[in-house]
Amino acid sequence: MSALGNFNYVIAITLAMIGFYVLIERGNLIKKLVGLNVFQTSVFLLYISMGKIEGGTPPIHYDGVAPFSNPLPHVLILTAIVVAVATLSVGLALVIRIREAYGTIEEDEIRALDDQLGDAE
Amino acid sequence: MNEHLILRVVIKFLIPFILLFALYVQAHGDYGPGGGFQAGVIFSAGLILYGMVFGLQRLRKVAPPKLVLTFIAIGLLLYAGVGFVTMLLGGTFLDYGYLADISTHGHHYGIILIELGVGITVASVMIAIFQTFTERTEENTDRNVGTR
Amino acid sequence: MLFLLLTAAAIVWVRNLFAVVILSGVYSLLMAGTFTILDAVDVAFTEAAVGAGISTVLLLATLALVGQEDHGQHRRALGPIAIVALAGAMLIYAVPDMPRFGSPEAPIHVHVAPRYIEETPNAIGIPNVVTAVLADYRSFDTLGEVTVIFTAGIGVLLLLAGKRRKRK
Repeated sequence: MSALGNFNYVIAITLAMIGFYVLIERGNLIKKLVGLNVFQTSVFLLYISMGKIEGGTPPIHYDGVAPFSNPLPHVLILTAIVVAVATLSVGLALVIRIREAYGTIEEDEIRALDDQLGDAE
Repeated sequence: MNEHLILRVVIKFLIPFILLFALYVQAHGDYGPGGGFQAGVIFSAGLILYGMVFGLQRLRKVAPPKLVLTFIAIGLLLYAGVGFVTMLLGGTFLDYGYLADISTHGHHYGIILIELGVGITVASVMIAIFQTFTERTEENTDRNVGTR
Repeated sequence: MLFLLLTAAAIVWVRNLFAVVILSGVYSLLMAGTFTILDAVDVAFTEAAVGAGISTVLLLATLALVGQEDHGQHRRALGPIAIVALAGAMLIYAVPDMPRFGSPEAPIHVHVAPRYIEETPNAIGIPNVVTAVLADYRSFDTLGEVTVIFTAGIGVLLLLAGKRRKRK
């Protein structure tokens, strides 16, 4: 029961691990950013799952429907999503600059180029 | 972009509704789901759609970069300004109860103003980011035309 | 939910970055659906607009600049897999200690939230509790968060919009 009852948490953790894996294993910077996105979204899922109450309704007051799901995680995640897109855009801007400076967005190649520069000097 | 006739006609038809929906979400954030963030994003999505289909030049005419930049600051200043107004009216920072005679109304006004500030900032930041990204793209394609 | 997992797994395997970006849009939309089921309508709304809309557009705009293929070598190193498996195992080990899903007695539901829910109609006078908490009880947080957006916007403009220096 406990494993099935906490199905959402397990899903959130699995997603987080998938995102984490993409983040540390793939060398492509864009793919890393997408992985980061997956990771963030899994955390959102965890929070929203915690806020859910059985038989609850969205927290908007109408003629005394109750109980409401917990509005607090909703607020936190609402802001987190918008911050996520802001960080994503800054990350993409950095990727574009890296591409312009190095001509590639693969981590290995960037590191190789750096080493070459170091040897030349 | 001239060849996508259907796309252009449909988009032209859709954009007013997207913008209107954004304003509805903005204004009804206190009664239904929605609020400044969502409204800002939807509003900017409408303009970005316009920019994608009709080109950056025409988007620049609708939303000049200077104006967008100003609006980024205006949204934030509106938010912080509400805080300072409540301080001047005798409360603490962002204590909306002092905005009107009845505390409940004050809270309501405060929330509407703040959501407006959030919406303006989010929308203009998204438009500004899209403009800079596509500007880069167009420059690069111009440069690469000869080489590829 | 299982679709979510499938999409996420596909993001790992697919090599074409264009497909990855579209898949991440699909993923966000599925996530928005899940949020609606979990009663978080505001969040679902935002996720659909931001995740499936704006970030996909931004990623596509970047792809237009940097090209589509992910041609890095797969390192297939055991290190990352081991780290991920270990962290995942530890987190899953902690899951049975969490309060039961949907239980009204969970610690998260008994402390601050009931006050927000009960007070909002009288003290603030608007029906949407999420908006009330966001813009009133916790307006300092939101102010800080708008500042983050503002800073991100300025950061992107500084990184990309400046006059190009002529390179050789």
